[in-house]
Amino acid sequence: MTTTTITHAPGETRDRRPNAVREGWLIAGRDVLHWVREPWGLIFGLAFNVMLLLMFGFLFGGAIDVPGGGDYIAFLLPGMFALTMLFGLESTMTAMAEDAKRGITDRFRSLPLSSASVALGRAIADLASSALSLGVLMLGGLLIGWRPTTGPAEIVLAVVLLLWLRFALLWLGIYLGLSFRGAGATTAVQVLVWPIGFLSTVFVSAETMPGWLGTVAEWNPVSATATATRELFGNPTGATSGWLAENAVLAASVWPLVITLVFLPLAAAAYRGLRR
Amino acid sequence: MTPRNLTPTRPPSAPGTPTALSATGLRKHYGRALALDGFDLEIARGTVHGLLGPNGAGKTTAVRCLTTLSSIDEGAATIDGIDVRQHPALVRERIGLVGQFHAVDEALTARQNLVLFARLSGLSKVRARSRADELLESFQLTDAADRAVSGFSGGMRRRLDISAGLVLTPAMLFLDEPTTGLDPRGRATVWQAVREIAAAGTTVLLTTQYLDEADQLASRISVMDHGRVVAEGSPSELKRRLGGDRVDAVIADAALLAQAADVIGRVAAAAASVDPDTRTITVEVADGAKALTPIVRELDLAGIAIDDLALRRPTLDEVFLHLTGQPGAADAAQQPAHEEAR
Repeated sequence: MTTTTITHAPGETRDRRPNAVREGWLIAGRDVLHWVREPWGLIFGLAFNVMLLLMFGFLFGGAIDVPGGGDYIAFLLPGMFALTMLFGLESTMTAMAEDAKRGITDRFRSLPLSSASVALGRAIADLASSALSLGVLMLGGLLIGWRPTTGPAEIVLAVVLLLWLRFALLWLGIYLGLSFRGAGATTAVQVLVWPIGFLSTVFVSAETMPGWLGTVAEWNPVSATATATRELFGNPTGATSGWLAENAVLAASVWPLVITLVFLPLAAAAYRGLRR
Repeated sequence: MTPRNLTPTRPPSAPGTPTALSATGLRKHYGRALALDGFDLEIARGTVHGLLGPNGAGKTTAVRCLTTLSSIDEGAATIDGIDVRQHPALVRERIGLVGQFHAVDEALTARQNLVLFARLSGLSKVRARSRADELLESFQLTDAADRAVSGFSGGMRRRLDISAGLVLTPAMLFLDEPTTGLDPRGRATVWQAVREIAAAGTTVLLTTQYLDEADQLASRISVMDHGRVVAEGSPSELKRRLGGDRVDAVIADAALLAQAADVIGRVAAAAASVDPDTRTITVEVADGAKALTPIVRELDLAGIAIDDLALRRPTLDEVFLHLTGQPGAADAAQQPAHEEAR
């Protein structure tokens, strides 16, 4: 055992006051380190989206007609973009549940942080990873013949609406991740994301479905974003009539707002509830 | 393997504060269960205080409430003179917490973990890096600094965990069962670290299930059961109340048990208890290891063979038996079937 020479250095203290934005970036930076150190999760996630795209584009796509006419690949791509935002829900929920289970959340909570930092960090990291997925899918789409035919303003608005949906689903994911921490809950969400994704206009137009099913699909928030992005990219929407066909951009703006208004307070309450 | 050359980032405590920690009448419900039931604690600055108790006594709940991780239902608590319920954010600036779980990021390296926690504690990038280097060196982790934590041994993780609780030299460090699951070498390292942290001026609250751990490290010990402190004192005070060490002698021939108890009781000048099932005779001895030689000699002269002879500290159950007159929560169901023999 060695001797100690611990000395006091009076007057020294922290350099920065608690600041949610700075801390949010630091916490998000941890996810970036994860991607760099263990890139396979990220790579497989991206490859999975590309695989789905190729499967529907070429394997099933030949058998699917788009009502109102148009190329199926051009119809499919914006749908895939919206679906990718929905899939992001799983990663938000898993990340929150894992950190809570492993004591990392408690470590953060024992530090002198702003109360919003942990959620903000999650938001930055998840929006970044979803934006990356979106970029890879767009690139893949361009390679197989998808083309936006409108101007830059519309394209930017389409991307903003997609990330707006992802932002709304963050709060749902944080709420679910903090409230249901068992391994079963994560699996349940992983399974439930599929019917929610398919019960939409992502892969086929609602007009080809039986009436009641078509109505359900049309009222799916994922459909609103899919239809709005189709419109904004100048791709076939597959919706020739109906409220959604007329008001897709409005629906794609309001749905995420509603989800956020409901689940942001619930997520905050679940985080505070950790103090119980 | 000791933390050395560890410079505090600031003076550990504001001068003029009489006590590092004070808690009065804390109550905490989980549903209908009362996890804390009138918990009182007072810790003088710069000391190591042991919180001793069986599983389920409420040690972890007490730590979670005092470190602002859990809300307090009733009662008052201050740390470094600051009200825990009124100013949790200020309290978090003054404490370090090392919980029972290894709350470090497995996928990151040791250095990345420490830099992250240091920057989140408000250090600039440059200072966070130098602080991380300092902590890594103090806890002998420099060689492993750039390896992922997932490949660390239990002792290395625990050391990293403790160093993460020290990024801003805390006025008060909470260690919740810091040596549970460690091998003897890992335990010795953690003990040495705790001593040096305390020597640097940080007050330490240490929870443990092991009497010898509290004995080694703490200047005062609070014994906890059923959500409250049932006894408090310095280790020697508590030991005096407990009596001394115990000698367990396992007698080879069950027929000679009564005779052996007689011999041992006479040598130790105390009542020896007999457990016929294990052929064990237990006696309290005042002078520790020195008591063994006369016991062996007298048994040999009497022609009584022994299978085993051991000197041990009182167990936690015996502590509870002495302090509360009833067995601890850990062992409430099985009363030892000892008979008294003279």
